[in-house]
Amino acid sequence: MNDPHLLSLTVNGTEEEVLVEPRRTLADVLRHDLRLTGTHVGCEHGVCGACTVLVDDAPVRACLMFAVQAEGADVRTVESLDDGVRLSDLQQSFSEHHALQCGFCTPGFLMLAEGVLAESPDAEREEIREALSANLCRCTGYQTIVDAVHATATSRRETTA
Amino acid sequence: MKPAAFTYHRAHDVADAVGLLSDLAAAGGDPKVIAGGQSLMPMMTFRLARPSALVDLGPLRRMPSMTTIRAEGDHLTLGALVTHHAVETAALPDGFAVLARAMRWVGHLPIRSRGTVAGSLVHGDATAEWCLLALLLDAVVVAEGPSGRREIPAGELFHGFYATAVDHDEVVVEVRFTRPAPHAALTEFARRHGDFAIVDAAVALDLDGGSVTGGRVVLGGVAPAPVRVPEAEAVLASGGVAGDALWAAVADAAAAAVDPPDDAATTAAYRRRLTRTLVADACRDAAGGLR
Amino acid sequence: MTATDVPGLEVRTAEPRFEGRRGRWVGASIPRHEDPRLLTGRGRFVDDIALTGMLHAGFVRATVAHARVTGIDLSATRAVAGVVAAYDAADLALGDIVALLDRPAEEFTPTAMPILAKDKVRFVGEPLAIVIARDPYAVEDGIEAAVVEHEVLDAIVDEATALRASTRVHDEAPDNVLLDVSMFDTPGVDEAFSHAHVTVEVTTRSGRQNALPLETRGVVASWDARDDQLLVQTCTQVPHQVRTLVARCLDVPERTVRVTVPDMGGGFGQKCVVGREEVAVAAVARRLHRPVKWIEDRREALTAGFLAREQTYRTRAAFDADGHITALDVDVVCDMGAYSCYPFTAGIEPLMASAEMPSVYRVPAYRVRGRALTSNKAPTAPYRGVSRPQYVMAIERVMEKAARALDLDPVEVRRRNVITEFPYTGVNAVTYDPGTYRESLDLAEATIREEGWYDVRASDDRAIGIGFCCFSERTGYGSEAFAKRKMTVVPGFDLSEIRMDTTGAVVVTSGTMNHGQSHETTFAQIVADRLSIDVDRVKLRQGDTERIAYGWGTFASRSVTIGGSAVALASERLGELLCRVAAHLLETRPENVAMDGDGGVVQLDDPTRRLTYEEIADVAYLRSHLLPKDVEPALTATASFDVPGDGTFSNATHAVVVEADRGTGAIRILRYVCVEDCGVVIHPQVVDGQCRGGIAQGIAGALFEEVTYDEHGEPSAASFIDYLVPTVTEIPDVSISHLETPCAFTENGAKGAGEGGTIGAPAAVLNAVNDALRHTGVELDVTPIHPRTVLSALEGGL
Repeated sequence: MNDPHLLSLTVNGTEEEVLVEPRRTLADVLRHDLRLTGTHVGCEHGVCGACTVLVDDAPVRACLMFAVQAEGADVRTVESLDDGVRLSDLQQSFSEHHALQCGFCTPGFLMLAEGVLAESPDAEREEIREALSANLCRCTGYQTIVDAVHATATSRRETTA
Repeated sequence: MKPAAFTYHRAHDVADAVGLLSDLAAAGGDPKVIAGGQSLMPMMTFRLARPSALVDLGPLRRMPSMTTIRAEGDHLTLGALVTHHAVETAALPDGFAVLARAMRWVGHLPIRSRGTVAGSLVHGDATAEWCLLALLLDAVVVAEGPSGRREIPAGELFHGFYATAVDHDEVVVEVRFTRPAPHAALTEFARRHGDFAIVDAAVALDLDGGSVTGGRVVLGGVAPAPVRVPEAEAVLASGGVAGDALWAAVADAAAAAVDPPDDAATTAAYRRRLTRTLVADACRDAAGGLR
Repeated sequence: MTATDVPGLEVRTAEPRFEGRRGRWVGASIPRHEDPRLLTGRGRFVDDIALTGMLHAGFVRATVAHARVTGIDLSATRAVAGVVAAYDAADLALGDIVALLDRPAEEFTPTAMPILAKDKVRFVGEPLAIVIARDPYAVEDGIEAAVVEHEVLDAIVDEATALRASTRVHDEAPDNVLLDVSMFDTPGVDEAFSHAHVTVEVTTRSGRQNALPLETRGVVASWDARDDQLLVQTCTQVPHQVRTLVARCLDVPERTVRVTVPDMGGGFGQKCVVGREEVAVAAVARRLHRPVKWIEDRREALTAGFLAREQTYRTRAAFDADGHITALDVDVVCDMGAYSCYPFTAGIEPLMASAEMPSVYRVPAYRVRGRALTSNKAPTAPYRGVSRPQYVMAIERVMEKAARALDLDPVEVRRRNVITEFPYTGVNAVTYDPGTYRESLDLAEATIREEGWYDVRASDDRAIGIGFCCFSERTGYGSEAFAKRKMTVVPGFDLSEIRMDTTGAVVVTSGTMNHGQSHETTFAQIVADRLSIDVDRVKLRQGDTERIAYGWGTFASRSVTIGGSAVALASERLGELLCRVAAHLLETRPENVAMDGDGGVVQLDDPTRRLTYEEIADVAYLRSHLLPKDVEPALTATASFDVPGDGTFSNATHAVVVEADRGTGAIRILRYVCVEDCGVVIHPQVVDGQCRGGIAQGIAGALFEEVTYDEHGEPSAASFIDYLVPTVTEIPDVSISHLETPCAFTENGAKGAGEGGTIGAPAAVLNAVNDALRHTGVELDVTPIHPRTVLSALEGGL
């Protein structure tokens, strides 16, 4: 029943092979098998968004995917955002705007925002606000998260213009 | 909160999926298809669903027929693995543009990125946007089973309480929308953005200039399955000038016709009152599509 | 007994300390020290910990609210693949959790909370057995295989069934009342009511809520044979209290338990009490000599975690013809659930309400009765605000109702009653230190008026209402203030140790416990200013019982007020030590040197003579023979701090504009203004963040979140589908204005800002909704406000 499957996927640019029980969620495999603990788990039923990662560039809930469904997929987690020395522009913006307090929801918001900004680089504040309603934050009251993402969107537009 | 154990099977094509479902069931199992899994996985996590086996349609994503959106004449055909988000971002013909506009009500972006149109229809939630849209635009669900393909019209699809006409050994291959509605809208009310609606309403208007000549009214959250409301459609069919007076009459007729449940979530009276608000709002939105 | 009676306890006098000065760091929104690791996914939360050979734990929990347990069969559980062990209460034989008050039997009934339920279960979700397996999936399989036999008893689910007392939750409490205290009945209450120009009565009620840290509770316990010590890594706001209780329940010396706290994903009070799961996991790790991890899942967190808030206030208030309140008479009933929490007891909510109920108003006569009921619901912990959201809602409803009865503007009624002379000693025997109660009210009202909202309200077709809430919040509860509550465990002081190493870098400890409040940043700002060093040279260490002799953790907005003061004092002492050593090395008098603001000590009469901290440290550690004879090696200093007397009060006024949707009854918040005064602001962004986050939680309580129970005690909200945590779409942007009244008796002039937002929002929102419904004849006094109720009011029934 629990026969493990050999799963191959790419995580943050590295090809990984993992032996997983079919019922293991992608979130658990990322965190506990691959030890990428930046992706957090807040509800395990797809509402809080703390486990949001990019799968083939789209933001998805890692708790709502069995890892075996990610066969061959390209997964990006929060660990991919900085270069080891400097924060990314989005991470920097979160810090500048005090868009995190306890930091538990933060990786999910960062990956959600990266997904949203990649698809809608022209997004204005209200569109960003609606997109960010996918995830829960209990600390900030959200305002500064919207500010941080909006500021990043604006500065990226200025950079590419 | 961890799913019970199951065996996992990747389908390589539709026939393979159908074969797996039959074989696993014949062996005494209780297999289930998983596509996006956005409805199934929470139920499995709570162990409210505990299939003995999952047949994953994921590999079928490489088949164009499963993931493309095709407009052919007056029909719009969605492959079974088309995601909500693919519809949201697609350039659709006017007659089906309501589909794209309605997608903002489907959960949130990460759900829409994984969840599929067919999966939502087969799940059969009485408030699911796709279920309302299927009734609004005369969808036909094409399912393949051991004895071949068959077409299930939306009117015969929903049996209520999450039961549908798609059999356990069948795999949906595409969904065809056959009734274009250039003046259509879906709206809903939930206490929190992105949640399952308490009540949702979809309206399609037949417009001749500024006059209404007919239309459809579909409601979710007022019965065990999504329903059309003939009493409200009759008001539209009797015609009139597009405007708030007519919308109010349609809304009143809908609210009077439904017999919504009193449950833990809220009262029948409140659902009835929401029906009135939402039907009028949907009519207004649908007419606004006139431009 | 009060704190001052205890021999040897240093109690600081209330002489003014703060001189209004700003340092280089305090007052600046510097980048948070916590941010880089949290933003890159390199923080370490409890579920990120993986130890060699680690096992996983989960709990078999009660599926009925009230039952006699007649049998627990774990044999099938033990046979499940991957399951290593399973234990019930008899197997573990642990001591109970007992939280006590020093009050007579007619006021307080002591009860015990077993670590695992024994002969009886008292709420759905109560732990009965612990299952240990190789992975969390197998744990769930094992839990599912357990067989529990029970005889179901009637469930106590509300005040009416509790007081009817046909069934007892605890045999010790025949009437299901754990605390019944009439704290005040001052002279003149009845006379005031008999002479009242207007008497208003209101029954306010707030629903049961979950504090809902996004990170659920969790613990990793491991046995270290070399240290002869249990290491309990747990996400708690109160590490030392966890250590004390683990040692007691396991009946081992406290030395053999070390509690450390990793990064925490919020707490909001839910983690400021000791969880029975923490103790059980520690016990099993010690028994198996294997690391054991337990991570609470969301369903457990929603149903079996500590809940909060379910309270009813029956309030009567007398007013004279001028709109002055002349008497207040309140009956407070708090449904505390199945057990008393440690260390606060089930008395915390009614006692808090009784002590503070007059709020920001001059109330000449006051009578209060406070009761804590026990029921067959998950127990409660003191959630952010602790009764203050509730009593503030009660008295703010009184102000609104009085305004209507007297045909006065509600802000004007508040203005006529609000305390304006400080220090003010109230009818509740509490002395309030200076604040800006009146000023905050005036500024909030002026903001709303200048923005034109009163015109919108008057002219718009939409149902628009404006609501206010004026309140204060005691933040500096020292041991003297807590002792008045008569707890047998009296929190209050805080300890700090500071150490400078040979490179001049500083490590400072605190008994407080950061779980999102930015202590690593704000405490570093305080230290850096006191020692005139760069803020990046300071590292805060918290959450390790081996490094801090004792501490009270973080709750009641106490961290910066009390912990920040201890840290400041320790820093000053280290500064004095640096100067003393430097003077000796410079061969001058100690009075002739000073810190130069640039990481060194300078000779005042010859500024060319200077020693850097590194040079001083070099002597202190590596060439200690050069030290003065009366100075010991090393550069360390310690300090304690405790707030004297009644403590300090932050204050604020919230103003809200809402629209009640005529089609759905949904409440939309159009404008939210907060004018607050938390004394000296250490880090403006952090204070704003505390305000906004608190307000979001207050709005959640006002409009969305509630755990209800059916008549059998089955909880309604076991998932995020049913428990409506608001998203960004439901929470408005908030404008914040700051007033600043420095606290005279904390080291930094700060008052604490952790809870205010949560306290003010429910009343402000409720008042605004009632204002929007002003033409309907309906008044709502219950939260959360359901849109159905609003729509029914707008339409004269549904």
